[in-house]
Amino acid sequence: MCDTCGCNVTEGNRHLVEGDGKLAQTESGREAVSVLTGLLTENDRLAAHNREHFDRHRVLALNLMSSPGSGKTRLLEETVTALDGALRIAVIEGDLETENDAQRIRDRGVPAVQITTGTACHLDAHMVHDALHALDLDTIDVLFVENVGNLVCPASFDLGQHRNVTLLSVTEGDDKPAKYPVMFRAADLMLVSKADLLDVLDDFEPAKAERHLRHLANEAPVFTLSARSGEGLDDWLAWLRAEHAAMLERARSGETLRPAVQPDGALRHAGPTHEQGRHEHDDHRHAHGHTHD
Amino acid sequence: MHELAVCQGLMGQVEDIASRERAQRVTRIRLQIGPLSGVEARLLREAFPIASADSVADRATLEIDEQPIRVRCLSCAAESDAKANRLVCGVCGDYRTQLISGDEMLLLSVELERRESA
Repeated sequence: MCDTCGCNVTEGNRHLVEGDGKLAQTESGREAVSVLTGLLTENDRLAAHNREHFDRHRVLALNLMSSPGSGKTRLLEETVTALDGALRIAVIEGDLETENDAQRIRDRGVPAVQITTGTACHLDAHMVHDALHALDLDTIDVLFVENVGNLVCPASFDLGQHRNVTLLSVTEGDDKPAKYPVMFRAADLMLVSKADLLDVLDDFEPAKAERHLRHLANEAPVFTLSARSGEGLDDWLAWLRAEHAAMLERARSGETLRPAVQPDGALRHAGPTHEQGRHEHDDHRHAHGHTHD
Repeated sequence: MHELAVCQGLMGQVEDIASRERAQRVTRIRLQIGPLSGVEARLLREAFPIASADSVADRATLEIDEQPIRVRCLSCAAESDAKANRLVCGVCGDYRTQLISGDEMLLLSVELERRESA
């Protein structure tokens, strides 16, 4: 992403590239080319491209992640109904097979595009980019990308979203954030779902789940809700409205936003003063030419 | 199980670099991987021969520097080691910390042999 300005030389790797560091040396007849980029540069480039599409069309893009069966689609169904057109919603559904989830969303009267990944365990920026061609972004306020149900792989691929929303259903156990730290560290919002079942479960405490999340140095808000009973949905809808309003505000000043934690986070260790939004934009422009072929 | 996809992304970059540098062969690839990257170094090593088969790097050595997890406390400013699921300050115990190492998923360098006549 930025192998020229040096911001990807971190405290962890500086010794490798400076002075007598390993990377400064070469064997005779061979040459070592210093690179220092993320391993998913091509994906990240296209993710930045997607993000620019979202920003230009003033669409808030949310990446919804969780294990399979935690209630992502059900939450979206009830969200569409509760908003009743106050925010125009569209959904990109990721599953290994079937159109079932997209059909459920369409039945609520909003556009949905199904990505079937075959055997792939996650969505990537290319798949989302392709799916965007089937949507008219000018008629959308909030785009949900419902990732493949999986608490491991989706966390490693930037899709161009503004925020990560991670669901944890009460049937899964309140220690899930401790078991899947990469996923839950990346959450900008954690939703404890299926809360109507709490009455019949004696081994899930929302406060414990939150404590495990805090142990990942994550200060994200946590809402406990049930799409089925409607309990707690108001907090979630208020969060959505606030995020959408914040996105419009950012758009006015030409800024963008990435989730708080990034798969290529190590590139940002250079310090908190590094302005990621602008950086992203430069990178994007660089990439623009060949991402639309 | 996404290490193969990550490895294929890596190979795309390595091939771009090899072609830009007019390399005949890539002999060594150095990566830096942290436990919080979501990528397992061991699985990446297993995926590498598959992803690099018939490429300019098909006999290259893959070297992976595995990085420790370190955090800096936003409350007391101490730096300490941490565990993947316990990123709290090792000194004062505050959970408001900043990760300073451990989420690396970086391509550090590519060692190559140039074409003779270049």
